[in-house]
Amino acid sequence: MIPQEISNAIKAKFPDALLEAKVDGVFDPYAKIAPDKIKDVSLFLRDNEETLFDSLMCLSGVDYTGGKLGVVYHLHSMKWNHKFTLKVDVTVENPHCQSVESVWKTANWHEREAFDMYGIVFDGHPDLRRILMPYDWEGYPLRKDYKVPEYYQGMKVPY
Amino acid sequence: MEATLTYTDEKNRGAVTIPGFGRPLRSEEMVLNMGPQHPSTHGVLRLELVVDGEVVVDVIPHIGYLHRCFEKHAEAMINYQQIIPYADRMDYIAAMNNELGYAIACEKLLKIKVPERVEYIRVIMAELQRIGSHLIAIGTYGMDIGAFTPFLYCFRDRERILDIFEQTCGARLLYNYIWIGGLSHDVPASFVEKVKDFCKYYRPNIKELNDLLSYNKIFIERTANVGVLPAEVAINYGVSGPVLRGSGVKWDLRKNDPYSIYDRFDFEIPVGKGLVGTLGDCWDRYMVRVHEMEQSLNIIEQAVDKIPAGDVQSAVPKRIRPDAAELYIRTETPKGELGYYIVADGTTSPARVKVRPPCFVNLSALPAMCRGAMISDVIAILGSIDIVLGEVDR
Repeated sequence: MIPQEISNAIKAKFPDALLEAKVDGVFDPYAKIAPDKIKDVSLFLRDNEETLFDSLMCLSGVDYTGGKLGVVYHLHSMKWNHKFTLKVDVTVENPHCQSVESVWKTANWHEREAFDMYGIVFDGHPDLRRILMPYDWEGYPLRKDYKVPEYYQGMKVPY
Repeated sequence: MEATLTYTDEKNRGAVTIPGFGRPLRSEEMVLNMGPQHPSTHGVLRLELVVDGEVVVDVIPHIGYLHRCFEKHAEAMINYQQIIPYADRMDYIAAMNNELGYAIACEKLLKIKVPERVEYIRVIMAELQRIGSHLIAIGTYGMDIGAFTPFLYCFRDRERILDIFEQTCGARLLYNYIWIGGLSHDVPASFVEKVKDFCKYYRPNIKELNDLLSYNKIFIERTANVGVLPAEVAINYGVSGPVLRGSGVKWDLRKNDPYSIYDRFDFEIPVGKGLVGTLGDCWDRYMVRVHEMEQSLNIIEQAVDKIPAGDVQSAVPKRIRPDAAELYIRTETPKGELGYYIVADGTTSPARVKVRPPCFVNLSALPAMCRGAMISDVIAILGSIDIVLGEVDR
């Protein structure tokens, strides 16, 4: 399927979940999905015979500055060899988004990483805790307004 | 050896009835820490093993000991070119492949076409590096299992590859060789000769390795039927590279989603066949690497005769400032699918660089492979995934 058809398929199935779609003039065509619908849309895209997105290549957290965070899902179908990108926008005040861990197991560690680095909370994740930083670290390092704490457990952080 | 758990419910897990005892004897689970300082974890990885006797009930990997936030560094750099040395340090035994993926991503953002000579040299370098990385994977895997000699043989052969790299760019491990739009140096005059010599020298050594390790009875006993990963589980976990192919899935980005000039070469994708055990066991994953080295030799031999003349720096941009855009590029490194998600915001440094490290994703499938295995099998399974902690933790 070409990206336009994939986006149309999402629109037909979930009219109120698709917030925006851009398929021309970008490297990776994408569709913006509401944070509380992402799991249903993912499940549909994975199991629908025409899309069959069986692998989640990458899941990234992004800080767009100005209190806006995002999650980007890069999907790929091994059978049809087509790709598509889903995006979810959340805010710093309400960083909640549905987890797609039950759809693709790949998301398990990637969502933990996005939580660790950006503080995005994935509702429904079975084991959402920090993965790369120490468990008692404060703050979310990859946020643009992040300041390195002076001390960690009484030890001076070098820089 | 496959171990089976015979518990019926959570409370009486592993209970045994012994004549003369009034109540069933229960065994209790124990938590055992393997690592972070452990010779078989290939770096600082801590595995929290939940064991019932010798049988592993669950494995919880704890990572992050080598975390230095590559992604934050990438955002703080003044320009795109400066990120390449950091990309080297992710998978530090396959640095060429890391650079290649990043360079391809930036070239696509900048819409540059690199000269043919550069493409050919890059492919040769990437494939030499793939052999070098697999040699470490195989050598250390043998050592994990208890065979020390193959390790020395592998390092002897890898030395020749490092010599070629050293002669080309002066570095043996972290090269900063593949630049955006070109290469840092042209290859020396004796390069073609040296590469051909290596191919001729190394091809018979694969047979030697097979006799010494691959078909060794002790090695097969330790790896066959251990850590079986079925294909559908592998795909759902998103594992890639030899781990995925070991499960019998014919999937290689060099063929299935070609980048650079890989579509011009004739080579096979080796997959696991369950030759000595079950499809998708440790031996299959190991053997895929051995066969891949042969295929890499094929690619190198095809490429080395065709290197065209030209300037390797003619397309290197003076100032790197892509328009606001974002893209995801993936390449096949020795460990699997290495992806770069780069968000450019129109300035001279990227707004976001996310790396999808193959080892990180492959390691996340470790619990699925380890459940029900023995403690000694965990070492065999971990070695067969071939992780580099520099890349897992970034």
